[in-house]
Amino acid sequence: MTAITVTTREGVEHELRPQDGISVMEAIRESGIDELLALCGGCCSCATCHVFVDRDPVGQLPPMSADEDDLLESSSSRTDRSRLSCQLPVSAALDGLRITIAPED
Amino acid sequence: MDASDAQQHFDVIIVGAGHGGAQAAAALRQRGFAGTIAMIGEEPELPYERPPLSKEYLARDKPFERLLIRQPAFWTEKNVTMRLGERVEAVDPGARAIVLADGTPLGYGQLVWATGGHARRMTCDGADLVGLHSVRSRADVDRIMAELPSVTKVVVIGGGYIGLEAAAVLSKLGKAVTVLEAQDRVLARVAGPALSQFIEAEHRAHGVDVRLGVVVDCVLGEAHVTGVRLAGGEELAADLVIVGIGIVPAVQPLLAAGAEGVNGVAVDAECRTSLQDIFAIGDCALHANAYADDLPIRLESVQNATDMATTVAKVITGAAEPYDAVPWFWSNQYDIRLQTIGISAGHDAEVVRGDPATRSFSIVYLKQGRVVALDCLNATRDYVQGKALVVARATIAPEQLADHATPLKEMLAA
Repeated sequence: MTAITVTTREGVEHELRPQDGISVMEAIRESGIDELLALCGGCCSCATCHVFVDRDPVGQLPPMSADEDDLLESSSSRTDRSRLSCQLPVSAALDGLRITIAPED
Repeated sequence: MDASDAQQHFDVIIVGAGHGGAQAAAALRQRGFAGTIAMIGEEPELPYERPPLSKEYLARDKPFERLLIRQPAFWTEKNVTMRLGERVEAVDPGARAIVLADGTPLGYGQLVWATGGHARRMTCDGADLVGLHSVRSRADVDRIMAELPSVTKVVVIGGGYIGLEAAAVLSKLGKAVTVLEAQDRVLARVAGPALSQFIEAEHRAHGVDVRLGVVVDCVLGEAHVTGVRLAGGEELAADLVIVGIGIVPAVQPLLAAGAEGVNGVAVDAECRTSLQDIFAIGDCALHANAYADDLPIRLESVQNATDMATTVAKVITGAAEPYDAVPWFWSNQYDIRLQTIGISAGHDAEVVRGDPATRSFSIVYLKQGRVVALDCLNATRDYVQGKALVVARATIAPEQLADHATPLKEMLAA
C-alpha cells in the first residue's frame, strides 16, 4: 500500500496509507485531518486543498495542468513546491511522498 | 415535574446537515468550541457534497462514499451528535427549544439554521406521477439511476444549472434529452446572453433538443410519466422527467416563530436572524450582499454556505467578523468547466474576452462601468485574476477588457 506522510499546519505528522485511485485530497480528508476545506470537492475549481510537496521520492507526480497552475496563483503562499492535492491520484508512484498542508489563504 | 426538566439540551443545535451545517460544526471544533453540538438532518445521510449529484454521481463516476464531507468517524471524534432522518417542526425562541416531527423537544443555547431548501415542485396536473424527479438529494438521484436502464427519452423541465448539468450527463449516457425553458434563453436567471447562447449551442451539438420560451401545461401519464404537454398542445414523449426549477428555502418553522424574512430568513452581517440566539446560513439566508449592491439576496452555493458557517463559528467563539466573502460558483457540463466570480445580476453591459469558437473565453459583466462578475469558460486564469477586479469593483474600459492578449491582473493597476 502507498504510504504518504502529511504534516499539518500545526506541525503534526500523520502517516497515511490510502487506497489507490482516490486523490491525495480525499486521502487527507478521510484520515480525519481537518485542515483542508476542499470546497469544490476535487474538480479543480478552487484552491482550498493546497499542499507543499516536501519530498517526491519517485519523481512521478502527474504534471501540473494549466488550470491547476492558474488556481495556485491565487494563493498568497504559493511556492515552487505547491500542488492542489485533488489533482494527485494515489498510486504506487506516490509511495514515500511527504507533503505539508499549506497555510489557509 | 415540568417536561422541560427532562428535555435534552445542546449548547449549539445545527438544523441542516449539508455543506453549511457540516462546516459550522467543523469550524466550531477547529476554533476550540468545547460545548455540546447536535446536528439535525432531514436526509438519512451524513453530510455530503451536493454539487456532484447532478454531475459525477449521476454519471456513476463517483460512488456516494466519495461525496462524504467528512468520514463517519470524524463526527464521533468531534463529539457532534447526529440526529439524521429527523425534521424540525417548530422553534420556540422564548423557551430556547425546537420540536422535532415526532414531538421530541430539544433545548439549545444557540441555534444555527442551515436547512437550505427543498426542490420547487411543479403544480400542474401529473406532477406527482412516478418517473418525475427533482435533483436535490441523494435519494432523488438514486431513484433516477434506478430507472435509467429502461429509459430512452428524458424531458428536463428548467434550463438552469441543475437541469443543464443533468441533461449533459443523461445525453452522454445515450438518452434522448429535451430541455424545456420558459425564458427565451437558458441560464436567464444567472448569466448574460453570451453565455446562454454558448451553452445552448453546446447542448444542441450534443444532440439535446433545447426548447426555449415554452410553457408546460401538464405532465402526462396514468401511474408513470409518459410525456409532457406544452401550452399550445404539443406533446413530447418521455419515460423520465427531471424538474429543475429552483428551490424553496426551508424556513417555515423560523418564520412561524416570528423571524423576519420573505423568500428566506433575513440575517445581518453576522448571520443573526431577528430572533435571539438564532443564526441562519447558506441557501436559506437572506442577506445584504456587498457584491449585489447590498441588496438582500439568497445565494445558493457551496461557497456561501461554507463561508457563512465560518462566520457563525467565529461569532459563537467570540471572534466576530462580518460576512463579506466574494461569491463564486462552478458548473461542469460535457467538457466545459464554467467558473463564476461575483454576481452578474443587474449588470448593464457584458464584454466577451477571447473567441468562443476556441471554447476558452470569459464574459466580464459591468454595472455602471464597474466590473461586478465574470463567467469564465475553460478559462481558469481569468477566473483567478478576475477576482481582484470584482473585489475592487474596478472601472476598466470595455475595449481593454476585451483585449484577450492582456492578462486581467495587468489591468487593475492601470
